[in-house]
Amino acid sequence: MPGKLKAKIVAGRHLPVMDRASDLTDAFVEVKFGNTTFKTDVFPKSLNPQWNSEWFKFEVDDEDLQDEPLQITVLDHDTYSANDAIGKVYIDIDPLLCTEAASVISGWFPIYDTIHGIRGEINVLVKVELFNDLNRFRQSSCGVKFFCTTSIPRGYRAAMVHGFVEELVVNEDPEYQWIDRIRTPRASNEARQRLISLMSGELQRKIGLKVLEMGGNAVVGYLQCFDLEGESGLVVRAIGTACTLEKHSSGSLVNTHTHPNTAPASNACNSPSKDGKEPVFGEDLPSSSGPPTPFRNLPTSSSSPPPFSPSKPCSRQSSSSDTDLSLTPKTDESQSGRRRPGIFLCPSSPVLSADSLSLPGSGSVGRGHSSGCRATTPPIPSFTHSDSALLRKSVSFTEDLLLAASGMGSGGSAGKEAGPLKTLLRQQTQTALEQRGASSSGLLLNAREFPFFTLTSFPPGFLVHVGGVVSARSVKLLDRIHNPDLIQSSRQSIVRMERKMTGRQRKSQDRLWSVTDEPETRDAWWEEIRQEIKSHAKALGCHAVVGYSENTSICEEVCILSASGTATILNPRYMREGCLDIGSTDHRFDDPSPPSCGFCHIPYDELNMPFPAQLTYCYNCRRQKVPDVLFTTIDLPAEAAVTGKGCLIQARLCRLKKKAQGEVNATAISNLLPFMEYELHTQLMNKLKLRSMNALFGLHIQISVGENMLLGLASATGVYLTALPAPGGIQIAGKTSGDLNNEQHIQSIQKRINDTIAKNKELYQINPPELTEEGVGSPIPEPRQRSRLFRSHSESSDEVSELDLSHGKKDAFVLEIDDTDAVEDIHSLLIDASPPTGFYTCNTETMPGIYNWTTAVQMFTSVRVLRLSNANLSNQSLNKIFTDLCENLLKSFYFKLRSNIPCCLCHLNFTVAVPEEELIQVSVTAVAMTFDKDQTQERFITKGGNETEEQLQFPLELCADSSSTNTQTSSKFSGVPENTIVSSRVSSLENCSPLTEGRPRSLRSSRSFGGSSVTMVKMTPLSFLPGTRIIKYLGIINMFFIRETTSLREEGGVSGFLHSFIAEVFAMVRAHVAALGGNAVVSYSMKDCVLMENPNKNQAQCLINVSGDAVICVRETDQEPMTSMTNIGQSCTADGAT
Amino acid sequence: MAVELDVFVGNTTIMDEEVYQLWLDGYTVNDAVKVRMAGGVLDECEANQDVLLSDTMDQYRTFQMCERLLQSPAKLANQLLFQIPPHRQTMLIERYYAFDDSFVREVLGKKLSKGTKKDLDDIGAKTGVTLKSCRRQFDNFKRVFKVVEELKGPLVENIRQHFLLSDKLARDYAAIVFFANNRFETGKKKLQYLTFQDFAFCAGQLINNWTVGAVDNMVEDMDVDLDKEFLQELKELKVLITDKDLLDQHKSLVCTALRGKTKAFTEMEANFKNLSRGLVNIATKLTNTKDVRDFFIDLVEKFIEPCRSDRWTSADVKLYLTHYTNSAHILDSFKHQAVWDRYMGVIKSCIFKMYHD
Repeated sequence: MPGKLKAKIVAGRHLPVMDRASDLTDAFVEVKFGNTTFKTDVFPKSLNPQWNSEWFKFEVDDEDLQDEPLQITVLDHDTYSANDAIGKVYIDIDPLLCTEAASVISGWFPIYDTIHGIRGEINVLVKVELFNDLNRFRQSSCGVKFFCTTSIPRGYRAAMVHGFVEELVVNEDPEYQWIDRIRTPRASNEARQRLISLMSGELQRKIGLKVLEMGGNAVVGYLQCFDLEGESGLVVRAIGTACTLEKHSSGSLVNTHTHPNTAPASNACNSPSKDGKEPVFGEDLPSSSGPPTPFRNLPTSSSSPPPFSPSKPCSRQSSSSDTDLSLTPKTDESQSGRRRPGIFLCPSSPVLSADSLSLPGSGSVGRGHSSGCRATTPPIPSFTHSDSALLRKSVSFTEDLLLAASGMGSGGSAGKEAGPLKTLLRQQTQTALEQRGASSSGLLLNAREFPFFTLTSFPPGFLVHVGGVVSARSVKLLDRIHNPDLIQSSRQSIVRMERKMTGRQRKSQDRLWSVTDEPETRDAWWEEIRQEIKSHAKALGCHAVVGYSENTSICEEVCILSASGTATILNPRYMREGCLDIGSTDHRFDDPSPPSCGFCHIPYDELNMPFPAQLTYCYNCRRQKVPDVLFTTIDLPAEAAVTGKGCLIQARLCRLKKKAQGEVNATAISNLLPFMEYELHTQLMNKLKLRSMNALFGLHIQISVGENMLLGLASATGVYLTALPAPGGIQIAGKTSGDLNNEQHIQSIQKRINDTIAKNKELYQINPPELTEEGVGSPIPEPRQRSRLFRSHSESSDEVSELDLSHGKKDAFVLEIDDTDAVEDIHSLLIDASPPTGFYTCNTETMPGIYNWTTAVQMFTSVRVLRLSNANLSNQSLNKIFTDLCENLLKSFYFKLRSNIPCCLCHLNFTVAVPEEELIQVSVTAVAMTFDKDQTQERFITKGGNETEEQLQFPLELCADSSSTNTQTSSKFSGVPENTIVSSRVSSLENCSPLTEGRPRSLRSSRSFGGSSVTMVKMTPLSFLPGTRIIKYLGIINMFFIRETTSLREEGGVSGFLHSFIAEVFAMVRAHVAALGGNAVVSYSMKDCVLMENPNKNQAQCLINVSGDAVICVRETDQEPMTSMTNIGQSCTADGAT
Repeated sequence: MAVELDVFVGNTTIMDEEVYQLWLDGYTVNDAVKVRMAGGVLDECEANQDVLLSDTMDQYRTFQMCERLLQSPAKLANQLLFQIPPHRQTMLIERYYAFDDSFVREVLGKKLSKGTKKDLDDIGAKTGVTLKSCRRQFDNFKRVFKVVEELKGPLVENIRQHFLLSDKLARDYAAIVFFANNRFETGKKKLQYLTFQDFAFCAGQLINNWTVGAVDNMVEDMDVDLDKEFLQELKELKVLITDKDLLDQHKSLVCTALRGKTKAFTEMEANFKNLSRGLVNIATKLTNTKDVRDFFIDLVEKFIEPCRSDRWTSADVKLYLTHYTNSAHILDSFKHQAVWDRYMGVIKSCIFKMYHD
């Protein structure tokens, strides 16, 4: 499917003076795509040239269209010497390839130079004409929509969720090529920027292909990352969730969709995939999935034993119950790895498969990976280290109980499901395969190899139960592949590196790899990690992992790969049968538990708990068991019942490590990892209790490696889930009793802790109804254990089992003070300042209990780097420094944003790095959202202190030159004070022609503020903007920039350098969004900010990678609260007709 | 342990007006922190000194990056680097171009040259304005002067459009440019009691009535240079004091009108000839550049001081000048009514404005 790319260079403005003599510039422009280059005429002696060029036309393959950026270079013509480059603009034309996204790119782009930053602006028009081509073997994937948003994008409904997609591409880093010795820093930076742009284009295309292969049309929760591995190259990798999205339209009858198109497509992905790497669904099907017969019972047998009757019935139960065997997880791990396809293909079996139950101990630490390299598995954060030491009850199942439970559960749903299931039955007349492919209920899932979902929030009813956080880490050496052929060509990179001021000499001359080998190695590494995650999820009795993410930390040749997610059970109603391993007790599905607490109910079997937890009956419905605490990586479900407000909870940790190289280093790191995970977890737990909360959402644990230390930072949002029991207090216990002095000390600490808890309860308005506790406490069959807080790993885990198990109702964490460390730990526990009045903090999308957001948002990025002057710091003092760094950052935010009070800092995303030996870098991106204190309907009243935002009524301003393109309809969306007028126009537009609507562009509002012609573009890391509705997604923004300076002092030092660079990055993002016709970026994130500096040489270099979704939004006028989550499936019809 | 780097960048550029003012006033970061602490901002938000320092540094950096744009305010509106809501842009510009009356009073009427710039530290020391702030203000004057020098059309409007200033501020700048161009003497001891606003008002009067622009609005420098023809015509007014009859007639007309209306009548009658000679002499000498420069000092010496020594009230001055002006119309042999009105109109309002302690 070839296409025609057309570009027109209109004008430039604010160009820099390139000719000192005349104080003017003779500018011209080169437009390059692929290998074709066009030039404009020289516009002599002007800083505001008007080229008004012809249309430059490129006839290209759509494959190139996806991979290549349009490259625009502005130059100063020089008759006698070489033309000087002023700067460049890279335009990603991907948004134009999708019919539903943008139709034209038109606007002012900052002209960017990697040495000088932004140097003026250029006005460009770009269009694409695609020729339709239905070639099946095409290599392009035009038309697949990409979203960074980790929920179903607003305005869409998911007809089908196909599951996990991942891809990575590898290349040599231009900065390390021999040619770098002779080229200028500018040329080198540009080569790198261009390469990464190409690679991410290619990556996106390949992911798109996978999606098409699966039968989807979109990727949601697209997460792309760069690994700058130095000499071993540059890896660009991405993960996402493949979906079939449909635009909301009031006309479409959602629940009667039969997906005639998608059914064959999804069959296709069940058939053996072409690349052979993928496990094949079809092959394993007969062995584990049930024969089609049981399905027939379904509509009629409302009370029968599990309607999805087990293909291999309860015989497995006995084996699954002897969990003690399973405490040797290592073997099981590898075993399960080998058998992977088999495990995952027992569709809707209500029975725990042997594989899944034999893994309950896999959360324990310190075991190497079967695949060789130093891999360690951290504990699942909701475990404690002593888990394995605890006796696990091996009571075997009573089948009756199980069956009864499952019968009850499915009985309720069978009636409800009658309609869709009929459709199902009809299709059973075809092959079993097709039957699985085409189900009619609103959502279908195809989990393929890994049942992972990068989504963090879900439509109501999707999430059945949440097991807990699963994570895996692995330490790898980057010099694994040797390829002697390349040696001579690349060692020169040292020269470049010196110029680059990292100051680190590459040590060995022979560590080299061949590019071609690389993707497979990296793939294998990630495969390993994902396997581990999958088996952890199984251990928790879960068949899916949601809120899944992956990241790396690289220091020299050592690389830590991490992945984490939340083990869950998803509603089989939304799934395509056979794709998820529904391998557990049936009662968990379709249980009538209310949505406000259902997800809290344990997915694992309470008698074979994978880890010791105190179970109680749900405080909300009193029917199912719930754990005492719940950790997750997802957003708080909208329907969850929450008491009070939440807050950001962070655990911070520094660990010194000896400097080492190669294997020794990697071993040292992997030995440290479990302890770090454990301590972070302990800290989180303590802080959670201290705030009197019982659940964490959005948990993100980052471990960053440096030459001589490891940094760990865990962030999450703590809340009090009404369904979970109230957390007990924290009890201080002294080891040596009798010492009067000590006693007093302990008492004073105890008092402080109690006071803090009481204060926090008040602060976060946590007043759970007391009486529920009475009714629920008693019927728990097993004696309740006192859970115990180990603050130090030096304590032996044996003690646990000696604990008094018959503990009273009022559970308390016990903190034992046995040495000075402990005292300091408690101090550090108490040091965390709560946010000042008027502020709330969270790292999730929204804060429970706050609904009346105003439209005032202030997104910000902050970076702080500390230099540790003293080389001989202890772990303790390092911890203190690191904690203070984070706390001070938060304090700074409160202060800077004080005019936004009352406000909530949402999506606080902290990233830590150790850029150099004695440096600690923390970068934060978040958004401050103002809300109205009084819960009135007038949600659009902006607070007095926010005139800043009041003016930002999303004026979509018509750029001066874009009026020449007549294709666009100009309609006024904003600037009109009367909301009603806006609303009627918008909704009519959307309702009548949801797909064909032209690009809404409003005329300039008639404000006289200096005649600004710049569109205001809002940015937010959230998936929505309060008080507005997203009416169109324009495509993904994925940009990578390098900035370098050789005059650091003149630019105001590192701070000045980075400050202007971040501002420039924002400016370029905004310009691209505005050129696409948008007025906001949602799901914005800064994924990388790599800073290298050498103040002595007056040099610095920085790399920044940002991404997000460009959107058009309009003021929301319906009075529905913004918290109404994404609409999916059946719920969408109501929403579409606003 | 030291903070190596510390930045905070908002999508919408965050600027604290208080810090902006401190920056404009030329405070160093540390001094600004002290001022802010004294102002009690810390109590507001449970912050500490480090937080304040970090915030102040951030803002100072932002302002420094913005300064280039503020120097050509039109760019601020369509630059892409900082996202600043329009009304904030207006505030930034307005404040950047605001000046201290005490400072401008010192340089008013001086040539905006390097020589004057060298004296800025003395002026700073005298007025208590920091040198940095003095430089900014001086550079602003100079920049505005340079830009409007080459433009056609009304001065105030040009300033307003090119620098996106409020009407009030644009008028002040017009006055500064006008004074700098004509080099009016304002520094003499006798003029010290006059404020910048007094002069700015007078400048407005002169610009509106005495410049080329008052008659023709499409010439270069129309509002900056006085109307030469008009100045020439002013010589004709001499007849009012050289012609004895006319002088007496004028006096009697004025005295008739004033009699009984003021306590200072006797002084007015006694001083009439002196005062009239003073005013008419100022008019006739304005063709000399030197005398134009001395315009304000002449007004003070020849009219305001004698009146003041006779303890006229402002009302007296007003009454006197009104009748003095009007009576000339009744004089049969006086043929220069138009020039007289154009001259006296300005003189009258200038003297009203300048007649205070």
